Amino acid sequence: MGVLETAKADSTVAAAPLSSALPQQVLTTPAAVALMETLRAKYGPLMFHQSGGCCDGSSPMCYALGEFMTGDSDVLLATVGDEPGAPFYMSKPQFEYWKHTQLILDVVAGRGGMFSLDNSEGVRFLIRSRVFTDEEIAALRAAGRI
Amino acid sequence: MPTTMTKVHPGAYGFPVTLKKRYDNYIGGKWSPPVSGEYFDNITPVTGQVICQIARSKAADVDKALDAAHAAKAAWGKTSGAERGRLLERIAQRIEDNLEMLATIETWDNGKPIRETMAADIPLAVDHFRYFAGVVRAQEGSIGQIDAQTVAYHYHEPLGVVGLIIPWNFPILMAAWKLAPALAAGNCVVLKPAEQTPMSIMCLVELIEDILPPGVLNVVNGFGLEAGKPLASSPRVNKVAFTGETTTGRLIMQYASQNIIPVTLELGGKSANIFFEDVLREDDAFYDKALEGFTLFALNQGEVCTCPSRALIQESIYDRFMERALKRVAAIKQGNPLDASTMLGAQASNEQMEKILSYLDIGRQEGAEVLTGGRQAHLDGDLSTGFYVEPTVFKGNNKMRIFQEEIFGPVVSVTTFKTDDEALEIANDTLYGLGAGIWTRDMNRAYKFGHGIQAGRVWTNCYHLYPAGAAFGGYKQSGVGRETHKMMLDHYQQTKNVLVSFSPNAMGFF
Repeated sequence: MGVLETAKADSTVAAAPLSSALPQQVLTTPAAVALMETLRAKYGPLMFHQSGGCCDGSSPMCYALGEFMTGDSDVLLATVGDEPGAPFYMSKPQFEYWKHTQLILDVVAGRGGMFSLDNSEGVRFLIRSRVFTDEEIAALRAAGRI
Repeated sequence: MPTTMTKVHPGAYGFPVTLKKRYDNYIGGKWSPPVSGEYFDNITPVTGQVICQIARSKAADVDKALDAAHAAKAAWGKTSGAERGRLLERIAQRIEDNLEMLATIETWDNGKPIRETMAADIPLAVDHFRYFAGVVRAQEGSIGQIDAQTVAYHYHEPLGVVGLIIPWNFPILMAAWKLAPALAAGNCVVLKPAEQTPMSIMCLVELIEDILPPGVLNVVNGFGLEAGKPLASSPRVNKVAFTGETTTGRLIMQYASQNIIPVTLELGGKSANIFFEDVLREDDAFYDKALEGFTLFALNQGEVCTCPSRALIQESIYDRFMERALKRVAAIKQGNPLDASTMLGAQASNEQMEKILSYLDIGRQEGAEVLTGGRQAHLDGDLSTGFYVEPTVFKGNNKMRIFQEEIFGPVVSVTTFKTDDEALEIANDTLYGLGAGIWTRDMNRAYKFGHGIQAGRVWTNCYHLYPAGAAFGGYKQSGVGRETHKMMLDHYQQTKNVLVSFSPNAMGFF
């Protein structure tokens, strides 16, 4: 559990300044930002699509920007990482079940992630989560974000 | 020897198996080193230690495999169903004759208990090869008499070359689910095992390599990005079959749309296992069976697409049922997967364990109550570096993320319902529809739920049975297509229609 606590502490530090009181829907740990930089240097601009289902399900899949076709069935949750940032998407039906939680993009040792660009790096992205407070939910609702 | 016997390592512990230091690809009937000369370490989740090296293939290796498959497809596609059936039966027999060896290797590769690989994974793989060896003999086309002088003949033809992308939770069995129908239908295949469990399939190929003609079966190992993607997106495959998760499933459909080829996708689930109050009407064998049915969430460490990971218990029996159910969970013996009495082994990889722990965290945050477990399990000795999680039971409600997402760990989320309507509503309140279970002594209720649940399979008074001959596949976001049934032959075949006129007369248009 120490790992989880450390990651959460890191992610709080890594939170970018808020443009308003609106809570961010996706945070990144420093390790995630660093991995994104490594991948960006190799593959160019990036994007994420949050997976669901079995095996590598629940993994945040990272692709070269435009590799994965998004559409009306997806929600853009945030743009993450250093400028210019990577759009982070999830399918709309899945978001209905996830929207009450803040996602924290982290990195752990391992491999997998299918066609995700982190697949061959010996580490991979992992999503941790935090339940939004009632006040945060109200603010996100008012802003039409959830 | 006695001093080294205790070391937990392949060959030194459990049934003696001899592993190679390195496994190359199997292409065109030959063992083929990766073009790049690169290999990656294969880690056993039992101890977290490296047990062999595996070819780290790239697009060039996939191309070689596709060359071999295309070179073999014409001759293989012309073999009779009887001949293909005979060869599949030989494969089945060879696997059966080497049951303990393959079961042990599968346990080293994946971390699942030896009692499961001995009693389920490998025997079911045998069953699937036998089943398709049989049904291909019985497959027939059809003849339609369109009118008095026009006849429509329908023949089955193989698709040609198919790409199979296999998951890590049942490496040999999932390969068998796809290989048996694809080969029976007359296709040549290029198979990409999961990089988390790349070894056992190569040991299977070593066993059966003399049976199939060169090029019919090709296996290319490597990472998903480097080897899986070139296979899934190749214009030289006529179909892709994939088991995995939704985002990659969508990406495979996207590549398939560019090549205009069919796909079969099995993308997971969040299966409800429903226990009605009449289960407790008697304290008998059936009640005992239902308690086992609840506890099956821990089968294969929960790394099953149809893991009964949501238990719906009728409120009127909740306390009594859960008292017994939690005792059953407490009796789960976790330990060395190679020991015959071990019931719960290792998660397949470090990242999988991390993912499960992240869900244990979010479950608590959402206010779910931990009824038992809830932590990483720390085992002793050589196992201390393996990947183990305690069997965990949460109580919560169906809107929580632990009720909606496939944790793929030994974790069940329990909730209650009052009425049949409420049970059905909760069962269907999910993105997925792969499996479900119902437990009742009332046949009318069983019938109603068997039809009412939007899932490809509704286990009724049973769970986690996977016989060949019962179709398996998903509704909703759980995927496209079916497996483990003779209809799979169709999934791997073209339909050829020859439309014949027996009339000597012109139609009269021109």
